[in-house]
Amino acid sequence: MSAARVGVVTFPGTLDDQDAARAVRLAGAEAVPLWHAERDLKGVDAVFLPGGFSYGDYLRCGAISRFAPLMEEIVPAARAGLPVLGTCNGFQILCEAHLLPGALTRNQGLHYICRDQRIRVESADTAWTAEFERGQEIVLPIKHGEGRYVADAETLETLESEGRVVFRYMGGNPNGSLNDIAGITSEAGNVVGLMPHPEHAVEDLTGAPSVDGRGFFTSILKKLVNA
Amino acid sequence: MARVIVDVMLKPEILDPQGQAIARALPRLGFSGVSDVRQGKRFEVEIDGPADEAALSDVRKMAETLLANTVIEDFTIHVES
Repeated sequence: MSAARVGVVTFPGTLDDQDAARAVRLAGAEAVPLWHAERDLKGVDAVFLPGGFSYGDYLRCGAISRFAPLMEEIVPAARAGLPVLGTCNGFQILCEAHLLPGALTRNQGLHYICRDQRIRVESADTAWTAEFERGQEIVLPIKHGEGRYVADAETLETLESEGRVVFRYMGGNPNGSLNDIAGITSEAGNVVGLMPHPEHAVEDLTGAPSVDGRGFFTSILKKLVNA
Repeated sequence: MARVIVDVMLKPEILDPQGQAIARALPRLGFSGVSDVRQGKRFEVEIDGPADEAALSDVRKMAETLLANTVIEDFTIHVES
């Protein structure tokens, strides 16, 4: 059987696509580069939207990227069940594209934050977190200036009651996110967005605080192989 | 030719830390009596024809689609005379 193929999207200004592709390969999948200006998903089994500053964060983070030709393919595919993971800027893009509810706004303290962050896995019922245990604490790097998750009270209530808050910050909320939310998932559990960076925590060699990020990639791989 | 102004502001319930930082800076500069500052964005949209109903309807669509994220922001539109 051929390896699962995970598309890694590059926009102008994306920074983490090489780490993302490497993390995908380390997990045993094939990383397929996807360019924002093309309309071709190249038959991938899942998509990773990495972090960075796509389109220079002009207007709002993710606001321009959302309308990239490639996104016009990703949005309907995600709605039809394609697994999509967005980290940091990728999470912002998923919110701007309305694949995930709410929005990410300027950090409460206004500072850009770059540090290792403890987070709790609140749901193992998504395509990207099945290999974790609910309640498990992991450590991933965060690095962002606009990561404060906000949504109206009704949306928050829905996310909480449906178990769609996937990650919560532990040991201090770094950015003022409502309900300490670090990541959420779509109704179907195939689309996951989070501010922390699993792709930076897959190898000891790089000085990562942990290799907890591997769980994201083993989760999706197992799902694709068993599909 | 007409100029249509779109003002975009964070909704009142959304925290605006930039506005707060500005409000905190003002007393240090000697400006007193400021109780709050909210920061927003202003877009000046130049349109080829007159600012008639159809044109304003288009600008409204632009604002809803791109200029504002209506999850967190409100916008107002007016024609500059």
